[in-house]
Amino acid sequence: MSKTGKIYTAIVFVIMYLPLLVMVFFSFNEGNSTANFTGFSLKWYKELIEDEAAMNALKNTLVLALLNSIIATLLGTVAAVGIFGMKNKWFKTGIMSVTNIPMMNPEIVTGVSLMLLFAFVGRLMNSPESLGFGTMLIAHVTFSLPYVVLNVLPKLQQTDPHLAEAAQDLGSTPAQAFFKVVLPSISSGILSGALMAFTLSIDDFVISHYVSGGFTTLPLLIYNMTKKRVTPEMYAVCTCIFLSVLVLLLVMNISQIKQTKKQKKSDN
Amino acid sequence: MSNTKTKKGFERNLKKNSMGATFLNIPYILWAAIFIIVPMFIVAYYAFTNNAGEFTLDNFNKLSLYRDSIIDSFVYALVATVVTLVLAYPFSYFVARSSETVQKIIMMLVMLPMWMNLLIMTYSIMNIIETNGIINSLLVSMGFDKLKIINTPGAVIFGMVYNYFPYMVLPLVSVLSKIDDSLLEASADLGSNAASRFWRVILPLSVPGVISGFTMVFVPSVSTFYISQKLGGTNVNMIGDSIEALVKSVNTIHLGAMLSLVLMVVILICIMVMNRFSDDSDGGIVL
Repeated sequence: MSKTGKIYTAIVFVIMYLPLLVMVFFSFNEGNSTANFTGFSLKWYKELIEDEAAMNALKNTLVLALLNSIIATLLGTVAAVGIFGMKNKWFKTGIMSVTNIPMMNPEIVTGVSLMLLFAFVGRLMNSPESLGFGTMLIAHVTFSLPYVVLNVLPKLQQTDPHLAEAAQDLGSTPAQAFFKVVLPSISSGILSGALMAFTLSIDDFVISHYVSGGFTTLPLLIYNMTKKRVTPEMYAVCTCIFLSVLVLLLVMNISQIKQTKKQKKSDN
Repeated sequence: MSNTKTKKGFERNLKKNSMGATFLNIPYILWAAIFIIVPMFIVAYYAFTNNAGEFTLDNFNKLSLYRDSIIDSFVYALVATVVTLVLAYPFSYFVARSSETVQKIIMMLVMLPMWMNLLIMTYSIMNIIETNGIINSLLVSMGFDKLKIINTPGAVIFGMVYNYFPYMVLPLVSVLSKIDDSLLEASADLGSNAASRFWRVILPLSVPGVISGFTMVFVPSVSTFYISQKLGGTNVNMIGDSIEALVKSVNTIHLGAMLSLVLMVVILICIMVMNRFSDDSDGGIVL
């Protein structure tokens, strides 16, 4: 990298990380302010742990993300296998276009459209308070599905079709061939799809905002907190999220590097 | 010879299994139909009906009231996207030209803020630039006057550029790192200077990445409501703000649906037009 390149990259990173550092720094503030630092203390972290609403939101977020990830991965993987095996080209293009819609549509439109769907069904069934955990789960699976499908599909395309055929020639049933041959070779795509579904769900605010009802997740809690003047407690929440993301990314990267090293070794 | 034979055998096999493939598709097709297709029609239904469920064009006629906020949204998003592109392109180029290890580390650093919630990042920016925020506190302590940064169009655009910068970098790095060095050497050997190498070799080859980055920044920018609320205050009113305010109340929900419908149609048309420009979806990296 040239010298200009280094300087430019450094400036970008300084600006990019400044708000994050401000957030981490003020989460340790002794006072109530998020602009004047009066002294170091851990009191906001203590307050956070004792804050029942925050802990409940954290639990909700994790349960939702986990369930979403499981359902979206199952449904999406089956769909990807189905789409891959489809013969009719028009039908295939049609399904792929529909798959792309949640990714292209602005989040606010997806959120509003699902909210209206639930309101409409609720009116038909005469239950006006239809929003809650169930609708949240449906919404999250809906916006996660395309990412699972699009992660698994390329892996299927990369898989050598002769492998499954060979397995069948050697006497396995199509189902056995799928589970013993095809599935292992697409497992990395399934895993990254599942991970993506999990993180998308944890991070989502806009769509959840419209379909949550009374069900609160961390982003929704943060939104409610930022409506008023916030205390450093919110920054403590954010710092914890930041650290978890950092650890997760590091673990993922390290395992990836290890994997490539292993691959290189076996290639030699 | 034997290869074509097995290929045919494979296709026959697939045809035999295509019944199974259709069967596998049923759950997904049902899900997509109920939760992707039907909601779009329900938005249209709400947009053209009133509270009593009767057909009306009232909401359509009221759109003119929101003309300014619709135009503003597109102008803001366009400016933000162009600024992001201009800032991200050299950055991505430097990253793409660096060694593989450096590239990995930088990309991780770029993606880390992306995993942070937009609400958090935006609030933190607000904290830095607000009237009694960190920048102004520093200025006052050094004896300067306070600057008015927050609640200006510039602050909103900065917020968009800041939040969506990584979405531009990812596709750009992915296309730029694929450009073969020997192409650049060849054009240099043939007598081109740095500027013409950029305009005639690098830029054309990176078009798919530019287009996918453009979409990935433009779409969330044009429809945002949190960034404009927090950084623009009451001075900036975007279409997202209007939708957000309208769908909260039963009386205006139909008008909100109309605005959503407009936003959806305009964006889908924009994306279709953009996709025309790039034949292959090579730069279409998704995260």
